[in-house]
Amino acid sequence: MKYRRVLKDRLARYYMLGIAVLSLLLILIIGLSLLFKALPIMKEHSLGSLLSSSSWKPFKGEFGFLPFILSTLYVSLIAIILALPAAMLTSIYLNSYASDRLRRFFEPVIDLLSGIPPVIYGVWGTLTVVPLISEKIAPHFVEFSAGYSVLAGGLVLAIMILPLLISILLEVFRSMPEEISDASLSLGATKWQTVKKVMLRRSIPGIIAAIVLAISRAFGETIAVLMVCGNIPIVPKSIFEACYPLPALIANNYGEMLSMPGYESALMLGALLLFLIIVLFNGVSRITLNRIERRFQL
Amino acid sequence: MNSTGSRQMKLRKNEERLFKVLMIGSSVLIMGLLLYIVGTILYRGLPSLNLDMITKLPGGGFYLGKEGGIANAIIGSLYLIAGSLALSMLISIPLVIFINFYLPRNSALTGLIRFSFDILFGIPSIVYGAFGFALMVFLGLKASLLGGIIAVALLIMPIMMRSFDEVARLLPGDLSEALLALGSTKYEMSKVILKKLMPGMMTSVLLATGRGIGDAATVLFTAGYTDNIPASLGQPAATLPLSIFFQLGSPVEEVQNRAYASAIILTVIILIISLSARWISSRYSKK
Repeated sequence: MKYRRVLKDRLARYYMLGIAVLSLLLILIIGLSLLFKALPIMKEHSLGSLLSSSSWKPFKGEFGFLPFILSTLYVSLIAIILALPAAMLTSIYLNSYASDRLRRFFEPVIDLLSGIPPVIYGVWGTLTVVPLISEKIAPHFVEFSAGYSVLAGGLVLAIMILPLLISILLEVFRSMPEEISDASLSLGATKWQTVKKVMLRRSIPGIIAAIVLAISRAFGETIAVLMVCGNIPIVPKSIFEACYPLPALIANNYGEMLSMPGYESALMLGALLLFLIIVLFNGVSRITLNRIERRFQL
Repeated sequence: MNSTGSRQMKLRKNEERLFKVLMIGSSVLIMGLLLYIVGTILYRGLPSLNLDMITKLPGGGFYLGKEGGIANAIIGSLYLIAGSLALSMLISIPLVIFINFYLPRNSALTGLIRFSFDILFGIPSIVYGAFGFALMVFLGLKASLLGGIIAVALLIMPIMMRSFDEVARLLPGDLSEALLALGSTKYEMSKVILKKLMPGMMTSVLLATGRGIGDAATVLFTAGYTDNIPASLGQPAATLPLSIFFQLGSPVEEVQNRAYASAIILTVIILIISLSARWISSRYSKK
């Protein structure tokens, strides 16, 4: 009887240790298998030319990734520039100014926004954002824009990452002990001064973490962006031109992928690039954040 | 001296007033956006929403605007999420127990596992889709329910693990210490702890469900698409996000309107899931 109990405990421990090791290896496994799949194309062309060329003609065997990499960066950049100020203002308001009732009303709304699946943001984007850009905004700046553009992708993405940003920021602000802001207020600082000089300054690590998460989400978002950004493999010259981010490239060409071996390998290289960008970005920021957090706790 | 002081005061007041206006403005804007998004989808989708949409399979000319519904995608999505939930629970829940209650506090392995899941959490769904596809080719699988389950399980595992870890970390140590002092093995202790953590676990499971069921990029490569309900793990499965995506790509207006109706169905499913998550967590956090 006693042995069976111990045996069960042993088995559970081994199982857990096994999956712990496996999950540690998972990142490596994903990276290596994508690399393995991408090797054929990297043997044919040098990595430098793949990354710096902007000519994408799979049928002629030309695979330049520059348009896709730049599109991904542009779209994500626009998204974070648009979303961050709105998210900051709203979460500061909800945390420090709004009444309890308003807060309780607003939080489910944020939940709802973050629960809406990407494909629906895409549907909404094609219905409203795309015509808005081609008919109202673009004519002021350029002669013609189809609406399916860098700006459309950035706008839809901005709305998609808003709830993510707000919910993380709210958590960050809330984790600050109340005594600290009380101390600031009792010294005669106004509420806004307290927010600006005490709360925001203390929350810097959390704010950076939120931004990192939002940018990684923006980098990898596929369906919603694919539906509004036009998908033309050229380097966009203005925000009103079409673009073609990496995730969209991978998703769009799935059907053709199997028929051409070089093509499949190129798409897998696209996935590998995306993977590497995200892992490096997250890894580096996580490590620096840990450092900052340690300093802040002193 | 006095007047500069009061001028500064006035500046401060004005600054606060300006930011308050900006803050209220952006809150109103976000609220308005949500209403606008939901409103647009409802406006276009509601007229096409009927019982046939939910209960019938796509008929012969469904994609040309004829009879039928999207029961294939609804059932397919449910099968898929059920399978991937089971798979990812098998891994993430023991893992959370392991790093919180088996390993010593602040051990290096715990930190390493948390760090790697932070990174896995950031990896985009399309990469999981591509990896799932590569894995399937390696194993000799075709686009199938099983392939989709594996890919979606990979996507939701870090979500589930991280949010469950947050809950488990907050559990005071005295319960586990008391159990161990009474002579229970760590395995027996874990069973008691799991019961205690049940509400937190439910919330993290529901959170993962919401993300998993709405994601299109993972299943695009791996689950395939079909007009039928899959009868086994080896058959392809339709999913709601892809169904919406394909219908919207049709030039026929009837079909496009049905895409909006399908979007309503998906949103309602996810809404139910996320509301019950919130309900569970608020109900148990009071106790």
